Amino acid sequence: AEPELSQLQVVIESRDPGCHSYPHLASSEAYHLSVTEPVAILKADEVWGALRGLETFSQLVHEDDYGSFLVNESEIDDFPRFAHRGILLDTSRHYLPLKSILINLDAMAFNKFNVLHWHIVDDQSFPYQSMYFPELSDKGAYSYKHIYTPTDVRLVIEYARLRGIRVIPEFDTPGHTQSWGKGQKDLLTPCYSGKQPTGSFGPVNPILNTTYDFMTKFFKEISSVFPDAYIHLGGDEVNFDCWKSNPEVKEFMKKQGFGTDYAKLESYYIQKILDIVSSYNKGYMVWQEVFDNKVQLKPDTVVQVWMENNYAHELSSVTGAGFTAILAAPWYLDYISYGQDWKKYYSVEPLNFPGSEKQKKLLIGGEACLWGEFVDATNLTPRLWPRASAVGERLWSSRNVTNLQDAYKRLTNHRCRMLRRGIAAEPVFVGYCAHEAR
Amino acid sequence: AEKEQPWGTPCTQLLVFVATPGCDGFPSLDSKESYKLSVSEGSLLLSADAVWGALRGLETFSQLVGRDENGTYYINKTEIMDFPRFPHRGLLLDTSRHYLPLRTILETLDVMAYNKFNVFHWHIVDDPSFPYESLTFPELSKQGAFNAMTHVYTASDVQMVIEYARLRGIRVIAEFDTPGHTLSWGPGAPGLLTPCYLGKDPSGTYGPINPILNSTYHFVSSLFHEVSAVFPDFFLHLGGDEVDFTCWKSNPKIRAFMKEMGFGEDYKKLESFYIQRLLDIISSLGKGYIVWQEVFDNGVKVRPDTIIHVWKENSTPYMEEMANVTKAGYRALLSAPWYLNHISYGQDWMVAYQVEPLKFEGSPEQKDRVIGGEACMWGEYVDVTNLAPRLWPRAGAVAERLWSNATVRNLQDAYVRLADFRCKLLGRGVQAQPLYVGYCENEFGG
Repeated sequence: AEPELSQLQVVIESRDPGCHSYPHLASSEAYHLSVTEPVAILKADEVWGALRGLETFSQLVHEDDYGSFLVNESEIDDFPRFAHRGILLDTSRHYLPLKSILINLDAMAFNKFNVLHWHIVDDQSFPYQSMYFPELSDKGAYSYKHIYTPTDVRLVIEYARLRGIRVIPEFDTPGHTQSWGKGQKDLLTPCYSGKQPTGSFGPVNPILNTTYDFMTKFFKEISSVFPDAYIHLGGDEVNFDCWKSNPEVKEFMKKQGFGTDYAKLESYYIQKILDIVSSYNKGYMVWQEVFDNKVQLKPDTVVQVWMENNYAHELSSVTGAGFTAILAAPWYLDYISYGQDWKKYYSVEPLNFPGSEKQKKLLIGGEACLWGEFVDATNLTPRLWPRASAVGERLWSSRNVTNLQDAYKRLTNHRCRMLRRGIAAEPVFVGYCAHEAR
Repeated sequence: AEKEQPWGTPCTQLLVFVATPGCDGFPSLDSKESYKLSVSEGSLLLSADAVWGALRGLETFSQLVGRDENGTYYINKTEIMDFPRFPHRGLLLDTSRHYLPLRTILETLDVMAYNKFNVFHWHIVDDPSFPYESLTFPELSKQGAFNAMTHVYTASDVQMVIEYARLRGIRVIAEFDTPGHTLSWGPGAPGLLTPCYLGKDPSGTYGPINPILNSTYHFVSSLFHEVSAVFPDFFLHLGGDEVDFTCWKSNPKIRAFMKEMGFGEDYKKLESFYIQRLLDIISSLGKGYIVWQEVFDNGVKVRPDTIIHVWKENSTPYMEEMANVTKAGYRALLSAPWYLNHISYGQDWMVAYQVEPLKFEGSPEQKDRVIGGEACMWGEYVDVTNLAPRLWPRAGAVAERLWSNATVRNLQDAYVRLADFRCKLLGRGVQAQPLYVGYCENEFGG
């Protein structure tokens, strides 16, 4: 008789498997998969490793020409190289319907991604429905339909949790906040032309107590709504022009002895926000400018390196200063171009930066970013997949897994797999899948 | 006080009057697509010379209808006299690099109609696969398709495409590209392709169609006999691009032939020899032909009514090529700046929109020979998963450039209209991607 596999036993060894808790940075995702007949065994310390192992097992099963399902006898000992393997989605430049987010959480799980960096609000729209400040989305969302209700948010968080994916929300301030001003009067800095307000607004106003009263209350809500240990606080691309134009801000600069160094004002603001968020026992992630501008960061701050110019050098600086870093700079997947660009994402070696062993340990992972200027539910899935899969392997697999021809074969196979599973991943190159997308 | 309704008499009918409909015929290069649309109180009138104009007018009419906050449909009073600037406004789809399911092709034809495109250039076969099921040579798709059961177009599929297109005023011009781009033809037609040589021995690989064998011309004649009957349009696209001479050069029999014919080392002469005979075959079948620019560039003797398809962006600036082609007396189609498969970050529709097809030095007669152009969506990186968002609304920029007056080129105005049109496309179930930051009332998948 032909050898048959009749069972896959899943054994989770830790006393607290984690089934009722949330995944976190230190979660164990290692697993051991032993495929022999008649019973295969998947062993993991925590449920998160079991999820990864189940995904691998599902990929080992293949179909022959007669429709029989087969799996090769195998012995696999697997664990991720990097603990933070994320995808950034931007729901402000374009609203993404819930369904679209959930489909991508599925795809993320197929690719062993474990962090959804939800860049939920920005200049253009504020779709997050806040309980304390309902006006924010009432006035700031594109429309009443373009909103994430508390139920929607809870659904995303739970859907992600069941797939071992952390949801890290980003409420980016003090820049990137135009939409906040629609529903929160006096939050943003009024810009001036000479002595007259122009009617337009700039970044969050750092000199008013009301700003910090608002942020204290707002982040209290965010800290309770989002269970992850980390919140991303943004802090990127703060344009100083408006602050410079405002007489009260200029007065404040004088009083504080900041001179004309507005980076100091930015740091003053950020510092206070970081302290507010710390008081809620959350860790925080920030874009690299916050580090570059010498804000005082808590030791467990995660700095996200995103600027492409000389990012290796930035990684050295950040880790050299003792902070954890994640790499996004070479993985801006919204930058599309003609041809097989997955190869260049795959060829990135995150630890290729000058630094000690200790420093290198501080690089805890990276994120593929899909900014939303030109992306919404009509083109998100094909734009993200399978290109992001190249990043997924780079962050999970061993450093020496770099052969492009071999990766091509597996990636095209994986793409067809995603199609079968209902993910409209675009083609890698000329060819076909046995089961095309419908 | 009651809010005054700005609307007048409710309109209940759009009267369509067509002088000489031609409903049972096929659209052609000479079809009249002009129409008049008259909207006034109590009267909606669409008139056209031919049914093709009525179709264009109906599309315009559908775009003029708006809906207010109360859900009432309305249309503004208006007088429109419209006609296309260029008679050939095409879209190329490539079903060889990736198979496109029938449904996808039909959906694309729908959206083409929304954009007043009137030519579907079906680049149906090429190197990677041969999905066209030939009655005369069934082995071609049996051996050459990606999967002969699932990745083919049956005779009925092809008829469906042609009729679906016809009902939308769209011509279907099939392209069977030779002598290059034919690797997939080899397995089903042994002896057709040139065996390449490594020294004295065949290497096992194949090159373009073998131009020196009589059997080649028998085959080509039979195949095109069938193709001419299957596709009703007067024109066939015969390809003729990117012929790689390496294989021909390696083959001793071909080298001998070159000597015999006195072609020297100029393989362009051999290419022309093949193309010449092909064109004669097609002519004898009563069809006209379109060829890629290499056929013209390489000095092949073509009939005066040949249409030259300008596609190269690198060597000669394409406007120079347009000038040369039209100066030599041939009609020209422009595609070079409209390769929509070449994606890049940002609002690239603007570049496509700003192309001016007649921006070259030439006489009015020359300019008249530019009959239009085609947006091309080559399939190396495109299949059903990403075709619609990659095509729309970007191709809309090309469509307007080919239909509207040369003076309609304001980018800001076009942006507003194209963004609005994109939302309309979403409403019609088209997976058109965003132009830029923003939203539509009803999002896709929402």
